[in-house]
Amino acid sequence: MNRPSADLACSIAGLKLRNPLVLASGVLGTSPTLLERVARSGAGAVTSKSCGPEPRAGHPNPVALPWGGGVINAVGLTNPGIEQEVPLLIEARQILRAVGVPLIASIFAPTLDDFGRMAAGINQAQPDLIEVNISCPNVGDEFGKPFSASADTAAAVTRLVRQHTSIPFSVKLSPNVTDIAQIAAAVEAEGAHAITAINTVPGMLIDAYAAQPVLSNRVGGLSGWSIKPLALRCVAEIYRAVRIPIIGTGGVSCGLDAAEMIMAGAAALGVGAAVYQRGVEVFAQISEELRDFMTQQGYQDLENMRGIALK
Amino acid sequence: MKNERIYQVVTVKEVRVENPTSRSLICAVELPDAQPGQFVMAWLPGVGEKPFSVAYSNPLTITVAAVGPFSQALCRLQPGACLWVRGPLGQGFQPAGKRHLMIGGGYGAAPLLFLARQAIEKGQHVCACLGARSQQELVLIEEFRSVGCEVRICTEDGSCGEKGLVTQITDRAMRDFHPDSLYACGPRPMLLAVLELSRRKRIPAQLSWEALLRCGIGLCGSCELDQEARCQADLPAGWLVCKDGPVSSFYPQ
Repeated sequence: MNRPSADLACSIAGLKLRNPLVLASGVLGTSPTLLERVARSGAGAVTSKSCGPEPRAGHPNPVALPWGGGVINAVGLTNPGIEQEVPLLIEARQILRAVGVPLIASIFAPTLDDFGRMAAGINQAQPDLIEVNISCPNVGDEFGKPFSASADTAAAVTRLVRQHTSIPFSVKLSPNVTDIAQIAAAVEAEGAHAITAINTVPGMLIDAYAAQPVLSNRVGGLSGWSIKPLALRCVAEIYRAVRIPIIGTGGVSCGLDAAEMIMAGAAALGVGAAVYQRGVEVFAQISEELRDFMTQQGYQDLENMRGIALK
Repeated sequence: MKNERIYQVVTVKEVRVENPTSRSLICAVELPDAQPGQFVMAWLPGVGEKPFSVAYSNPLTITVAAVGPFSQALCRLQPGACLWVRGPLGQGFQPAGKRHLMIGGGYGAAPLLFLARQAIEKGQHVCACLGARSQQELVLIEEFRSVGCEVRICTEDGSCGEKGLVTQITDRAMRDFHPDSLYACGPRPMLLAVLELSRRKRIPAQLSWEALLRCGIGLCGSCELDQEARCQADLPAGWLVCKDGPVSSFYPQ
């Protein structure tokens, strides 16, 4: 029997996506041309590399390394600063509108007040969605504990961002907390439009022959297939606790991973480390695989599948 | 259980002095899958990590010019020292035809030597045009000769070979060597000049680009080729030196 092909379209915070695959922040989002390349490769939406108030060079090499479980990185929030970022994002947005792919602009800040300033600053670029990165694991030496570490600090950032922009925004959470659902609920209560979960998982890899950590920053964020179970658990917990959509991120590298993440409650899916494994074509590949799976299993659209593993 | 290692620890077997500031590190390991034009990321724990073209795969050899703190540290390594490498990474040269004209600027000669050796082993013909600012910055001249290449040399100050830019002697070699393909590695202005020659003489060219590499695996975006070079080389937007390159192919219309 020939079933009709499943529909991959979805919407998050008013954004219409042709498919749920979102380029995760920090991967290839450093320029309008790279964002365009990913968009043309089949992503449903693209996220720019996190931008802060001032230019940052990031950490010295080694900054990103593939290992058996995926990738570990501590790039260190390399970015040109908000002043230079805004014209780049405007250019990116114009290109992406023509391709029909929404632009998500990621922001971070070292202090609470700076988050307000960043939200106001990024307004000028008019991205389709803002992603508020309160959970970078790689700048602890300079910034201290991330704002995602507690419901109070996460809520405070959310409140401030809400006051400074009318553009819908998603707050990106860390898995490295006792109760991610409580933090998600606090962020929702302060008016966030979506949640991105999870950021990379703090970790360390050591080279036994060097008797040293491999990253110059010593610690970094784990991404890729080894963190998928952690990401699924976090998304499931958040899904039970909030009504706003979740961009489920962590270890999605094939159609089945994507299906699992949606079954855990995600409305859309972040893809990052899989670009290393499968190249920039990964977006089209996962879309195809997800569509095949859904069609074969009789799911007409993503809505039919969302959160069903938790029922 | 297998411990999937990020780096391979290799021992430096021999250090060959190429010129006052460059050394070739010949390692006690083979990298059988490496193609000419591909690179490895070399790490010295506590010092740093940088990309180096594979100058030969059997044994693994990299040619290092001491231009900064990390490459200076590499050049100080003595036989017996350890070096950590990951790779081979990136896309290498894809030889086409049987008469190969190679154009090397400074330490850009390194990956071309590997390519030349492979071509000559197949019984093909190689002419190498090697240039540098001065004699002191030329590398691997004798190696190119000893593998059987026709070698032409020029320096900007005239201290060795003809005085002038490497594109001058390349222009002449295109007329009298009758190459099927051009292969170039060197500073950006040299690559752009080779593109121009390729376009004018309608001979395809493969160019190896240099960039600031960070992840080396196509994730961080640091090494995206700038618009000017990309347009001249007829490459798509968002072309990454580490993953799509470092070698690009150009086919003149």
